[in-house]
Amino acid sequence: MSLYQQWVAFLTLVVKEIRRFLRIWPQTLLPPAITMALYFVIFGNLIGSRIGEVGGFDYMQYIVPGLIMMSVIQNSYGNVVSSFYGTKFQHSIEEMLVSPMSSVVILSGYVAGGVARGLAVGFIVTCLALFFTDLRPEHAWITLLVVIMTAILFSLAGFINAVFANSFDDISIIPTFVLTPLTYLGGVFYSLDQLSDFWRGVSLLNPVVYMVNTFRYGILGVSDVNVAASLAAVFVITAAMFCFCLWLLHRGTGIRH
Amino acid sequence: MTALSIRHLTKTYANGVQALKDISLDVRKGEFFALLGPNGAGKSTTIGIVSSLVNKSGGEVTVFGHSLDEERGKAKRLIGVVPQEFNFNQFEKVFDIVVTQAGFYGIPAAQARQQAEKYLRKLGLWDKRDSAARQLSGGMKRRLMIARALVHEPELLILDEPTAGVDIELRRSMWDFLTELNGLGKTIILTTHYLEEAESLCRRIAIIDHGVIVENTDMKSLLEKLQVETFILDLAEPVTEAPELNGFEVRWRDERTLEVAVPKSEALNSVFQQLAAKNISVMSMRNKANRLEELFLRLVERNLPEESTS
Repeated sequence: MSLYQQWVAFLTLVVKEIRRFLRIWPQTLLPPAITMALYFVIFGNLIGSRIGEVGGFDYMQYIVPGLIMMSVIQNSYGNVVSSFYGTKFQHSIEEMLVSPMSSVVILSGYVAGGVARGLAVGFIVTCLALFFTDLRPEHAWITLLVVIMTAILFSLAGFINAVFANSFDDISIIPTFVLTPLTYLGGVFYSLDQLSDFWRGVSLLNPVVYMVNTFRYGILGVSDVNVAASLAAVFVITAAMFCFCLWLLHRGTGIRH
Repeated sequence: MTALSIRHLTKTYANGVQALKDISLDVRKGEFFALLGPNGAGKSTTIGIVSSLVNKSGGEVTVFGHSLDEERGKAKRLIGVVPQEFNFNQFEKVFDIVVTQAGFYGIPAAQARQQAEKYLRKLGLWDKRDSAARQLSGGMKRRLMIARALVHEPELLILDEPTAGVDIELRRSMWDFLTELNGLGKTIILTTHYLEEAESLCRRIAIIDHGVIVENTDMKSLLEKLQVETFILDLAEPVTEAPELNGFEVRWRDERTLEVAVPKSEALNSVFQQLAAKNISVMSMRNKANRLEELFLRLVERNLPEESTS
């Protein structure tokens, strides 16, 4: 298959993935918009007004970047895990396995679909946030870079989950028991400076802390962690996960006998 | 030219089951080839390996000279697969399923839509193009899988039980369509449980059992191996026991039906002459089983492991 044909196959898969989450928008785009609007109203407006400032910003401004990042993480992960597991479940994965598409194209197509949904939801949440607060990115390129890298990383994580999943239970266990706690404890609602040394140390083991804080740095210009080191770590982890996913696809783990 | 070459193919599943035990097979370009075998014989595993859905344990597969190991992309481009189970997204539209499959083969969108229309029309599904796949009948779903397998114009079409669960009329129209495709030069490999289907469509045949090829020849030579054919005779008047016929084995089924085994060396006339001499009139006659079915059962029985026959 020529490079052009691989590109056509990639675009086909990406369009298919985007069409899928747009077709079921009441399940994919609407719920995060409603959830985040509730966060803005309850935590930002009602409770936030009593909390005062965090890191030099009012509470609403402080939590908005974290909430945007939270929706990007959950939706990029959720898109790939449900879509890829769905193709396994319905055996329509075979449509790709019998075709000459390379593993890189299949993986990149799913990741691009996950990134597209993550960014679409992130955009919707950002628009909603503008009803509650002002957002002027301090470092636009860092903001863009970290949000895309994070969406890629969690799309890959969703892919790994889907590869090993044998039932619909298996695709809800990780988001419920791993992803949600990591995100909620990832500095979305608080600054690490507010924690004791012990819990601050524990929090620094959570990779989501680095992504949320780097994104917050991009928008507000403040961070609890070293931004350059965080970006480098996210890049290395993403590259390692991409290679691992390719290896799984090449072996046919979970998809070929 | 060889369309498909399989050499020393082996497959052992993770649970230790040895599905294929060193099979070798050639299918020539333009052939209509049948791969037969009882359930669990290794047919679907063989097709799975050729279509890259199953990892082989050993051996080599080449498609029109392209090795699946070394030139996987080129080999895959030449194969179209119609699997036994429905394997498309039930919620997608018929047209989208076929266009997307063309895209997976690198066919640009405009051309993909043309190709999809061509095959959906040929298979009588054009009116259903905007329906979700789950709304189609079983026969339509099978035709959808054939349209999808053909959309990239493969040279080798592999069909795994394509007419399972399809009514007789539709089965006949699918046979006509496959015959037409074969006439256009496409190589077709078919697995089927309907041995009548294999006998009427295929010129060459391989029978696989317990992971071993037990027969691999052309249909004519295979049928010549059938030494005895069994006929069912419907009688005009009732009889109470099987008459003795010289040179033939006769079994009494009921008072108006006899079963006669006719060796290939004996003329069928002799049966009627002997029956007439005993004042037994025959109203009608039919084969007990399809000729290929009879041979198939004999070949497979011969290959049964001892514990199964005891």
